[in-house]
Amino acid sequence: MKTGLIAMQEIRVGLRNRWVLATTLLLAALALSLVLLGSAPTGTVKADPLAVVIVSLSSLTIFLVPLIALLLSFDAIVGEHERGTLMLLLAYPVARWQVVVGKVLGQVVILAIATLIGYGVAAAALWLTSAAALQAWGGFAAMVLTSVMLGAAFVAMGTLASTLVRERATAAGLAVAVWLFFVLLYDTALLGVLVADTGRHLGTQALDVALLLNPADVYRLFNMSASAGAAVYSGMAGPGTATGLPAGALLAALTAWVLAPLALAVLAFQRRSI
Amino acid sequence: MTPIAQWVEVGKRYGPLVAVEDVSLALRPGEVTALVGHNGAGKTTLIKLLLGLIRPSVGRVEVQGQNPAGRGGAQARRTLGFLPENVAFHGAMTAVELMAFYARLKGCAPAGNADLLARVGLAAAARRRVATYSKGMRQRLGIAQALIGEPRLLLFDEPTSGLDPASRVEVFDTIDSLRAGGATVLVSTHALAEVEQRVDRVAIMHRGHLLAAGTLAELRHGVRAEVRMQLRLRPQAAADVAARLPQGLRCTARAGGLAIELPRTRKMEVLHAIAGLGAEVEDVEIATPGLEALYRDLVEARGEAGVAA
Repeated sequence: MKTGLIAMQEIRVGLRNRWVLATTLLLAALALSLVLLGSAPTGTVKADPLAVVIVSLSSLTIFLVPLIALLLSFDAIVGEHERGTLMLLLAYPVARWQVVVGKVLGQVVILAIATLIGYGVAAAALWLTSAAALQAWGGFAAMVLTSVMLGAAFVAMGTLASTLVRERATAAGLAVAVWLFFVLLYDTALLGVLVADTGRHLGTQALDVALLLNPADVYRLFNMSASAGAAVYSGMAGPGTATGLPAGALLAALTAWVLAPLALAVLAFQRRSI
Repeated sequence: MTPIAQWVEVGKRYGPLVAVEDVSLALRPGEVTALVGHNGAGKTTLIKLLLGLIRPSVGRVEVQGQNPAGRGGAQARRTLGFLPENVAFHGAMTAVELMAFYARLKGCAPAGNADLLARVGLAAAARRRVATYSKGMRQRLGIAQALIGEPRLLLFDEPTSGLDPASRVEVFDTIDSLRAGGATVLVSTHALAEVEQRVDRVAIMHRGHLLAAGTLAELRHGVRAEVRMQLRLRPQAAADVAARLPQGLRCTARAGGLAIELPRTRKMEVLHAIAGLGAEVEDVEIATPGLEALYRDLVEARGEAGVAA
């Protein structure tokens, strides 16, 4: 109840300061351009255009959605603290966990609105320009759903960063570091380790674990290998094609990536002195 | 009378920094208590403890019998209104929207908000974004949100800082009407003179210690601060007048007259004597020690002991 109130307030602020509008437009514009321009490379190869779109949209998501999520959330607690609104909020009959969970919930909803509308526009364009099999749309829906989950994981991490530090600038720095680490550096480092190891110590299992330890990789695995149609086209897109992780395990891992940082953020906020 | 809220032998440390030490103070129902002291004396720390925002290092805090930082804390905060020092709001929202949000958080219907906004004089600006508000208007919105749900206990942290004189008077008028409605009010301030006429009890904080607490009359009792009289005299009459006044007064000659310091118990005796002097005395001004003088004396008398401890 209180959690919902705080979430609603967060959404209202997001609508008011045009965060929702800006992210929706950004995602819609990029998704549309991928759909419209992206049909060129399929050319005469008779590739399923929907599978191509799923692969290219999920590549876009991996870079953009975590960034948007972190930008939304790094300010959540420390920003209110700096503006001086946190003390007043906590003087109300509301528990601290409700503040953290409510804010995360509100930001995930903002992100979900942007993703659903942005990618929905792309889906509508695709629907009009090509006739894909109905079951192939299941893969698209799963891609949108996991995109929101990926965003939720990074919202939770951004909120955790926001709860741990005393200054907005520090939280912003932490958020950038989180993005660089999980989105850019992790795979490169993992690849380096694998090349150096040349398969002597690290088997497939170790690789699976390493991939589950990064929500961006979990998302990539789910959308590029778990759905059969997409796997063909993703090819070199990620290091995950060799893995045998079932879709259910990947979804569970992504859920854990949402809940664990959220739980840590609640714990950290309980201890924070105002 | 059971106190509505109290601090019992409370101490709060931030690492090596002592914010408050050994403070015991109770807020009695229906009274207005002023928490006075310099910046950094520990006033805001005491209020934060009462709100459950921080936990005491030693001692305990109770609001309506509950520990405000414990499990029942949210329940205790339901009947409480708070105006923070330098109150801030999300600038993109309007007063109506913010009041609706805060009312729902307190479990109240937002229907009464329009009356509250009108009461603090924000009815006309209620649908404007708060970012366009002046400091005084934000403060009034802060008071309006504190009044949501007719709280039994109100905490005002420096409610008049940065306000113009007219707004200051309005703040204290609001506090008067709250007391008339039976609410308990704690108002922290370093502007001692303006609370003097408006409060039932005064608690004086100095460097984290509670120097004194009680009614103004109780605090004045036994304090060195004395009644000061300024006599305007005819030229060259000072020595003559001083000789004809009762014994044991401290008289100092001033340009055009005489300054006298005396214990309050002898005030009438001295006034009679002055009346007997006839035309030698042209004018008399009498100053009873105010809160400022009281505060200075208390800090001098006990503050040094507190620092030594």
